[in-house]
Amino acid sequence: MTETLLEVEDLIVRYPVHRGLMAALRRRARQEIHAVEGVSFSLGRGEMLALVGESGCGKTTTAQAVLRLVQAQGQIRLGGQDISTVGHRELRPLRRQVQIIYQDPYESLDPRFRVRDAVEEPLIIHNIGGSKEERRALVANTLERVGLTPPDLFLDRYPHELSGGQRQRVAIAAALVLEPQLLVADEPVSMLDVSVRAGVLSLLDELRASGLAILMITHDLSTAAHFADRIAVMYLGRIVEEGPAREIVQNPQHPYTKALMSVVPKADPLKRRRRVILQGETPNPINVPTGCRFHPRCPIAVDRCSVEDPQLHPTVEGKTQEHLAACLFT
Amino acid sequence: MSEQVLAVEDLHVWFDLPKGERLHAVQGVDLDLEAGERFGLVGESGCGKTTTILALMGLLPSSAGVSGSIILDGEDILAGGERSMRPHRWKDIAMVFQGAMNAFNPVQTVGAQLVEPMEFHGVATGDAAKRAAGELLEMVGIAPERAERYPHEFSGGMRQRAAIAMALACSPKVLLADEPTTALDVMVQAQILDLLTRLSDELGLTLVFVTHDLPVIAELCSRAAVMYAGEIVEAGAMETLYHDPRHPYTRMLFGAIPDPEGEREVLSIPGAPPRLDREIVGCPFAPRCDVAFERCPVERPALLELGPRHYAACHHNDPVSTVAS
Repeated sequence: MTETLLEVEDLIVRYPVHRGLMAALRRRARQEIHAVEGVSFSLGRGEMLALVGESGCGKTTTAQAVLRLVQAQGQIRLGGQDISTVGHRELRPLRRQVQIIYQDPYESLDPRFRVRDAVEEPLIIHNIGGSKEERRALVANTLERVGLTPPDLFLDRYPHELSGGQRQRVAIAAALVLEPQLLVADEPVSMLDVSVRAGVLSLLDELRASGLAILMITHDLSTAAHFADRIAVMYLGRIVEEGPAREIVQNPQHPYTKALMSVVPKADPLKRRRRVILQGETPNPINVPTGCRFHPRCPIAVDRCSVEDPQLHPTVEGKTQEHLAACLFT
Repeated sequence: MSEQVLAVEDLHVWFDLPKGERLHAVQGVDLDLEAGERFGLVGESGCGKTTTILALMGLLPSSAGVSGSIILDGEDILAGGERSMRPHRWKDIAMVFQGAMNAFNPVQTVGAQLVEPMEFHGVATGDAAKRAAGELLEMVGIAPERAERYPHEFSGGMRQRAAIAMALACSPKVLLADEPTTALDVMVQAQILDLLTRLSDELGLTLVFVTHDLPVIAELCSRAAVMYAGEIVEAGAMETLYHDPRHPYTRMLFGAIPDPEGEREVLSIPGAPPRLDREIVGCPFAPRCDVAFERCPVERPALLELGPRHYAACHHNDPVSTVAS
């Protein structure tokens, strides 16, 4: 087992809903969006964990909480240190250790910044890298690490002169230049063309192999299956199933994961299979269903499911003890 | 073999740029669609797939140059320009745009926005149009009462259904759909694909589905064409394209897609598509191709028929060149 880097315990994130003046005057109860409701997971050095789920399931909020970009309850430990309560001043050196890359490299890079400036800026902000020459060497070095070789060819280019895949590599370089221990990748390839996705994902895989811990946020189970070590499937603010990546996709246990797997389009037309199409959409996270939060859409729900709130537990039919699911029937 | 509804022959679209340059976005596309079939047009960004179907709708900007022919039910609707296109647009051939779900007018009810095209095209007016709007919503799986609601009261998936209903308002024969599920979650995507399948079966609608997402087309369509750098490089039955691709781009594109079981290795395609504002000499895919030989960078391969309704444009399929190499 690899050394644990990140431990998240019982994470809760709620956003107040704006009531409007009339509602406030009528003293209507304040409502809250339950974005994340008790999420726990851990991530080791050199490991990639994929948080998978549909929009609104809380996967991005979970990542933002880990980055301390949103207020959250619960514990977040990085290398053993509880970072969930440290103040802003102490947070700064910690930010170096946890970096993020975003979905859209067309928007995350400043169009007026040359590649060299975009990658150098974090060094200036954190006041590291020594002299100007040393910083430049570091920038060139990092570009090489992300596959933008030779660096001289890219240093003076602007984002609009780069392809989507190259831009995402620049964004990764700007995160890596600080030598973080944890990289959060929020849908890192969903805006990229199919033909270059594998290249960017392989780069993340190499970085993982060299010891970086990666928390990948994705809605794409196929990508997660290929590149992550472990998958955690989220639904309405909870992790409903978690385990080794292949085990989750080849032997899903939770009815939600089963339905998701059944509707992932297959490239081979001969492999079309019976799809379990859940009707409707994910319920509103303001009024979370009682009991199991999946029960109103679950194809196998019984009366008990609307009362009992199942917790993650090792599954009967799982092939490993690490395969957990939160369903009364697993 | 059922009847042909729409045929496209040697379609070219170009944009004249300042400084006398020309961007040749679509470089000789042929299509042949039968009544009631579901056809996929797949390719990466900038390959000309959206430009192609915008040309079919006659909705390209006036700066675009178009040549070739678009034959709808035996009539060339491109020949007479806007005058010959207009009577058919929306009535015979309609389109669901990319991001259509976000294109509703926020201050009008969804029902009013469904009634508008019907009244404009003289399909129905007044109460009859309102009734028809309710029926359209029902057809796409939305309760007819919802016609009185505003777009913001609809979820993303419901707005996309409403956008499909809007395109169907004048009962077209051909529906062009440009990445209609790209912004949706996988479960909602499955619902929409299900809906499109049902509509094309029940209404005998010919569906042209444009996307960069090969598995979605594999799920929905019986035939597809793969576009690269403004031209069709391979077309055929979906099973044939997957199990017996005859163009390296098709093979490599399938190879770049992770399969859900996580078994097969995923490989990216090195390089990038060629610029379309310069003349392409030889095969446009040659610089990225893993099996290119001497002939590829110098001679443009023709689209050859390799089997029943299976076409590919690669020198490897040409008996002459295989002997030479």
